Amino acid sequence: MSVMEQDSAGAPARASLLNDPKVRGIFYQIVLVVAITALGYVIVTNTIANLERQNIASGWSFLENTAGFGTNQSLVSYSETSTYGRAIFVGFLNTLLVAAVGIFFATVIGFIIGIARLSNNWVINRLAYCYVELVRNIPLLLQIFFWYFAVLRSIPGKREKWSLFDTFHLNIGGLRLPKPIMGTGSEWVGYAFLIGIAIAIFVARWARKRQEATGQPFPAFLTGVGLIIGLPILTYFVMGMPIGLEFPNFVETGPILRQGFELNVGLNIIPEFLALTAALSIYTASFIAEIVRAGIQAVSHGQTEAAHALGLRNGPTLRLVVIPQAMRVIIPPLTSQYLNLTKNSSLAVAIAYPDLVSMGGTVLNQTGQAIEIIGIWMAVYLSLSLITSAFMNWYNQRMALVER
Amino acid sequence: MANTDLFHIRTEEAPRLPAPISTTGVIGWMRQNLFSSVGNTVLTVIGILIAYSLIEPLIKFALIDAVWSGSNREACLPQDGGHGGACWAYVEAFFPQFIYGRYPSEEIWRVNIVYFLFAALLVPLAMPSAPFKKLNAILFLVVFPIVSYYLLTGLVFGDWVILPIVETAVWGGLLVTLVIAVTGIVASLPLGIALALGRRSKMPIIKLVSIIFIEFWRGVPLITVLFMSSVMLPLFLPEGVTFDKLLRVLIGVTLFSAAYMAEVVRGGLQAIPKGQYEGAMALGLRFWPMMYLIILPQALKLVIPGIVNTFIGLFKDTTLVLIVGMYDLLGMIQSSFTDPTWSTPSTGHTGYLFAALVFWTFCFGMSRYSIFMERKLHTGHKR
Repeated sequence: MSVMEQDSAGAPARASLLNDPKVRGIFYQIVLVVAITALGYVIVTNTIANLERQNIASGWSFLENTAGFGTNQSLVSYSETSTYGRAIFVGFLNTLLVAAVGIFFATVIGFIIGIARLSNNWVINRLAYCYVELVRNIPLLLQIFFWYFAVLRSIPGKREKWSLFDTFHLNIGGLRLPKPIMGTGSEWVGYAFLIGIAIAIFVARWARKRQEATGQPFPAFLTGVGLIIGLPILTYFVMGMPIGLEFPNFVETGPILRQGFELNVGLNIIPEFLALTAALSIYTASFIAEIVRAGIQAVSHGQTEAAHALGLRNGPTLRLVVIPQAMRVIIPPLTSQYLNLTKNSSLAVAIAYPDLVSMGGTVLNQTGQAIEIIGIWMAVYLSLSLITSAFMNWYNQRMALVER
Repeated sequence: MANTDLFHIRTEEAPRLPAPISTTGVIGWMRQNLFSSVGNTVLTVIGILIAYSLIEPLIKFALIDAVWSGSNREACLPQDGGHGGACWAYVEAFFPQFIYGRYPSEEIWRVNIVYFLFAALLVPLAMPSAPFKKLNAILFLVVFPIVSYYLLTGLVFGDWVILPIVETAVWGGLLVTLVIAVTGIVASLPLGIALALGRRSKMPIIKLVSIIFIEFWRGVPLITVLFMSSVMLPLFLPEGVTFDKLLRVLIGVTLFSAAYMAEVVRGGLQAIPKGQYEGAMALGLRFWPMMYLIILPQALKLVIPGIVNTFIGLFKDTTLVLIVGMYDLLGMIQSSFTDPTWSTPSTGHTGYLFAALVFWTFCFGMSRYSIFMERKLHTGHKR
C-alpha cells in the first residue's frame, strides 16, 4: 500500500475517488450519521407531538409527587404518602436485595452441582446431570410461576404454620424468622466485625510473605475465621449483649380472624421474595454448574499429576494448583451469569414482587410518564452491566496468563 | 544330578480363571462406581433417596393418580380428601387453545399448513446430509415467511376475500410462541451479521455505533424492552400510525436478539484465520464479495451451535410476552386456570407440568442438536 502511495504521489490523481477506500469509508460514515440524526429527529418530534396531544408533561417533576400506593417489602421507610421517587428507590433496593441473595444461593448450589457433575459416583453424577438438563431447559418465568402459584399455594394457610426448631415458621404469608433488635452499643459489634476482617487480611498477607521468605507455614485461614467470628462475639459480651431477638408471635386462641401471626412482630420474608429467589437461584445454578464443570475440566490432568509428583497432597493440589487455574476460566462467564440473574430478577413483575420494574410499572400506570420510567429502568440495568463488565476487564487483565 | 526332579517345568498353560466376580459385571461396576469407599456409599444412598423422593411423587401425580378423561372438573376432583393426581382431561379439553390460541376453528387448517411447512422445510435444513441446502435455505428464510404471513393474517384484494383476515389479537398458544421465536431469530440474523461486521469495521463511527447498539440491548432485560415496544414505540410514531401489538413485540424482540446474534457471529468471524481475509484480498475481491464468498460461509457454519443456543434462549424468553398482555403458550395456560369449568386443586399443577413438558421437549431437542452440530463441525484435534 505504502509503496503504491509513494509511487503515485507525484503522478496525476487516481482514476476515481469512488474507488478510494478511505473516501468511501468517510462517505459511509457520513451517511450513517445523517441517517441516525434524521431518525432521532423524527422520533423526538413525533414524541413531543404525541405527548402534547396526551397532555403528559415530560420531565422529572413527577418524582416529587405523592405515590399513594403501598408495598409489602421495603428496606427503607416507605409509606403511601412517600413520593414516586422514593417508590422507585425502594424498588431499586429490592432488586439489589433479591439479586444479592439469589447470587449467593445460585453460587452455592451451582458449585455443588458442578462438582457433583464430575463425581465418580454414578448416582450423584446422573442426578446432577438431570438437574442441569431439566432446569435450564424450562423457561424461568414458568419456574417462577411454579414456585409462587404451585408450591407456595400448597403450604399451610394463614391460621396454620410449619415450624422448624420453633424458630422458622412457614405459611402462606411467607417465612417468619426472629428479628434482631439492635440495642445501644450494638454498632460496636459491627465495627468489631469490620476490624476482624481487616486484621484477617493483614494476617493472611503477613503469613504469605513469611512463608515465601522462610518456608514456615502459618494457619492464616483458621486465624482469620477465628478473628472474623470471635471478635464480634467478644464485643457482644463485653458490651453487655446489646442485640436481642424478637420472635414471631403466633396467636392460636381468640376469634378466628385474629388467629395467625401477629403483624410486625418478628421478621417476615414475603412469599414473592421466596418464590423469586428460589426460581432465580435454581435456574442460574444450572448454568453456573456447567461453567464450574467446564472450568475444572479445562485444567489439564498433567497439572494434578505434576502437583502430586512435587509431593503436594490432594487438598493443597486442589487449593494451590487446580482451583486458581480453573477460576481463570470460571470467573468471566460466572460474572455474566450474575448479571443475567440481576436482569432476570425483573421478572418479579409477574408475581408482583416490588422490584424496580414492578414499582416503576405502577408509577408508569399512574402517571403515564413512560419515557422517564423506561429511561430509569434502562439506565439502572445498563449501569449495573457496565460496572460488571468493567470489573471483568480488570479481572481478566489481572488474571491473564503471564507468559514469559 | 539328584535333585533334577525337583525342577518342575509347566508344559501347558494354567487354566484361565474368570475375573473375580466382584470386579466384573453389574456387581463389579457397582462396587467401583457406587460403593468404592464409605463416603461414596453414603453419597450413593443419599443420592438414591433424593432421586426417589423426587421421582416417586411425580410419577404418582402424573401417571398413577392422574385422570385421563372427563368432561369437566367433576372428573378431576380428588376423591377421598387427597390432593388428587394430574388432570390430563383438562389439558385435553384446552389442547386446541394451547396450540392455536383463539384462532377461529374453521380457519385452523391455515395454521396447520404453516406448522407443516415449517417442519418440512426445517428438518432437511437441519440435517447436514440433506441435499439442496441453498434452495432449502432460500425457501425457509424468504419464501416461507411471506407465505405464512399471508396464511396466518389473511389475504384480501379489495372485496375479493381469498383468506379471511384473522386479527393477531386472537392468535395465541404455541402459535404465538413459535411466531415470536422464529421471526425474532430469522429477522435478527441479517441485522446481527451487519452489526458484527460493523463492530469489526475499521471505520470509527460505524464501529462505535455498532458497539453502542450491541451493548445497549445486551445490557437491559428483555422485559424492559417489551415494555418499551408496547408503551414507548407508539409515542415515536407520527399521529395516526399504529402498529399491531404483535408487530411491536416482534420489533422489540428482533432488536434485542440481534444484539446477541451479533456477538455470536462476531465470535465466528474472529475464529476465521487472517490468511482467509488476505487470500480473498489477494484474489482482488472487494469487501462484500469477500464476505459473501469467503468469510461468512465459513464463519456462519462455525456459529450454528451458537445460533441454536441463542434460539433456545429466545424461545424460553418468549414467555415474557404474557407480562405485556399477550397469550403465548404459558399465557394461554395461565389464563385457562380462571375457567370455572375446570377449576380443581390439581389444575394449576397439571397446567405447569404440561407447559414444562412442551418447553423442555423443544429446548432439550434443540440443545442436543446444537451439541451434535458442534461435534460435527469440530474438525480439529480432540483431547
